[in-house]
Amino acid sequence: METNFYNTPGKHKGILAWVLSTDHKRIGLLYLSCMTAFFLTGMTLGLLMRLELIAPGRTLMAASTYNALFTLHGVIMIFLFIIPGIPAALGNFMLPLQIGAQDVSFPRLNLMSWWFYIIGAAVAITSLFTGGGAPDTGWTFYVPYSIRTGTNVSLAVFGVFLMGISSTLTGLNFVTTIHRLRAPGMSWFRMPLFVWSIYATGWVQLLATPVIAITLLMLMAERFFGIGFFDPAKGGDPILFEHLFWIYSHPAVYIMILPAMGAVSEIIPVFARRTIFGYKAIAFSSLGIALFGYLVWGHHMFTSGMSDEARMIFSLLTFLVAVPSGIKVFNWVASLYKGSIRLDTPFLYIMAFIFLFSIGGLTGLVQGALATNVHVHGTYFIVAHFHYVMFGGTVFAFIAALHYWFPKMSGRMYHEGRARIAALALFIGFNTLYFPMFVLGWQGMPRRYYDYLPHYQPLHVVSTVGSWILATGILLMLYNLFRSLRTGEKAGDNPWGGTTLEWKTSSPPPVENFEKIPEVTTGPYHYQ
Amino acid sequence: MNDSTQTAVQHRDYAGAKLGMWLFLFTEILLFGGLFLVYSVYRSMYPEDFHEAAAGLSVVLGTVNTVILLTSSLTMALAISALQRGNTRQSVLLQGATIVLGLVFLVNKYFEWSGHIHEGIFPNAPELLARSHGQVQFYGLYYVMTGLHGLHVVAGLALIGIMLSLTIRQRITREDNGKLENAGLYWHLVDLIWIYLFPLFYLIT
Ligand code: HEM
Ligand SMILES: [Cu+2]
Repeated sequence: METNFYNTPGKHKGILAWVLSTDHKRIGLLYLSCMTAFFLTGMTLGLLMRLELIAPGRTLMAASTYNALFTLHGVIMIFLFIIPGIPAALGNFMLPLQIGAQDVSFPRLNLMSWWFYIIGAAVAITSLFTGGGAPDTGWTFYVPYSIRTGTNVSLAVFGVFLMGISSTLTGLNFVTTIHRLRAPGMSWFRMPLFVWSIYATGWVQLLATPVIAITLLMLMAERFFGIGFFDPAKGGDPILFEHLFWIYSHPAVYIMILPAMGAVSEIIPVFARRTIFGYKAIAFSSLGIALFGYLVWGHHMFTSGMSDEARMIFSLLTFLVAVPSGIKVFNWVASLYKGSIRLDTPFLYIMAFIFLFSIGGLTGLVQGALATNVHVHGTYFIVAHFHYVMFGGTVFAFIAALHYWFPKMSGRMYHEGRARIAALALFIGFNTLYFPMFVLGWQGMPRRYYDYLPHYQPLHVVSTVGSWILATGILLMLYNLFRSLRTGEKAGDNPWGGTTLEWKTSSPPPVENFEKIPEVTTGPYHYQ
Repeated sequence: MNDSTQTAVQHRDYAGAKLGMWLFLFTEILLFGGLFLVYSVYRSMYPEDFHEAAAGLSVVLGTVNTVILLTSSLTMALAISALQRGNTRQSVLLQGATIVLGLVFLVNKYFEWSGHIHEGIFPNAPELLARSHGQVQFYGLYYVMTGLHGLHVVAGLALIGIMLSLTIRQRITREDNGKLENAGLYWHLVDLIWIYLFPLFYLIT
């Protein structure tokens, strides 16, 4: 049997061979398995919420339980799942392979980041069962309620703080790796676009995460010592918390979406058998998004009492930051022109991505405009919008990339037929679940409510049914991948005919990634 | 992962390690940046109150601490250059001096804080809450910012302590002193932040 990083014996045995490994591939898979578990947990909470909303009034649970559920769902999906997301799981595995390196710059720091992540996640989950009960503030932890509530906010916030450290260190590691460890001949403009996107994301992680760290520390200090930064009775200003929170959390949406865009740019040329259109435009638009993403946080606060000038400026900048995203979408579509397209599962998810992300992005502009924002603020329109971008965008691209790289990671192919059925169920389920929410929101259904007026019911029922279809799709997709780990056909080194470096080594790769560090002489997507 | 591959992957990339360290320092500056932001907001909201509150801090103690920390940055820099010249003994002594100076800084800080706490000036204390809003914010910021800085001093001291023991055990040497240099960078950052805290709290009366 060929040696690969699974069957090469190491210093430790059993589970320790994973949780103490400094091999980027093992660390990537650690993240991937933890994140899958958290995603399923978050999904279960989502299903429970949808079940509660199938009829007006109390159906399953008390209002306070519902409050805890959406908080948990939000915290898990954001901080435990999508923020580490594509970079920590697939980036860890693929980044060194794609640039022809043996590992990241700081392998031990990489392992430490995973430990920060998993301890942070454990602390956050402990907060559910201890102290005054599960936090009920929503994932945004807005003051003054988050200071006054008796629920276990402090511990949850501390968990998020630890995960923030993990995210920062991962960004630091990747940025350094990309600067220092590219294979001979790989100039900046020969890097795969996935690497570009991880690079831009790394900078956002570095420059934004410390701000949420200090904000959360202040929140904890507030709860423990009553300092008064955010307490009007002591001369503080609660709005300041919102500013600090969104100074991080808007850039954080780019931590979520940029790597997804990178994966899309990676998959499209392979399945269209054609080089990517506008390589530099896509690379620079990643940096542009990372840069301008810092200046638009105020669009989350249009209704919290800023001056008109500030609101207009934030609105204008929000429209501008949509431009680089638009550039990407146009380039992707242009790349398909005259390509010879293969409709395999990864590509199906990519098409779903472009469709859903466009809806999510365009409805974002509805909220970026002041007049419409006031109308839809705090309604289900927002809930629909962010699920379209985060789930329809990032998660669909994540799943696409997971299928795309599955043969490289496992050495086997997944079952194509089942994968396509799952993709279809996901797409139908997704739209059935979330599209009605746009309408509900437009009609005035507020978010974070466990009850509603009876005339909203028909659309809520549709949405709940959609959640079942969606969950079936997710389970089928995961089942297929897990089963294929054992029963899938041997994939070979390069089943898709990809041209980037990860396809030049065996599947799964050996411990040191390459027999011999490859020499790079052309751009990444070199198709005749 | 076995031993041989571990060493295969552990290349000595000085420039990489330096780059990583600078990026880390960046994140530290941003961490404090959040607090500096809050400071500037409340300072512009309550300029008179800040002015008055600052009179309650001892400029003498603050100045002494500034001098101590600056000197410790000097000894740290000298420790690195001593090692680079191959003078391990001198480097060890200078690293030790840096640690002593850092400890003196903390002792000073301890007396300063306990003096205020003794007077009933600490977060949520009735004495403090009876004062104006701006004063409450000033002292809140004072405790949080110097407290967080103090934690960084403690971390820096622990780091230099490790470097010291590595130097004594010949694990940090003339040829291989990147770790010590990076520890030095960290210590200078801690110093630098204090250089900003000092005028913002002590000298605005
Ligand atoms: C798997 C299926 C999912 C279902 C059934 C689902 C359902 C829901 C529901 C019903 C709400 C609460 C609406 C409200 O009362 O305001 C919600 C909120 C939310 N969801 Fe999901 N969701 C799913 C997946 C995701 C994913 C993948 C993400 C992000 C990666 C996500 C992020 C969020 C966030 C951030 C909130 C807001 C929580 C808050 O208000 O604090 N969800 N979701
Ligand atoms: Cu935003």
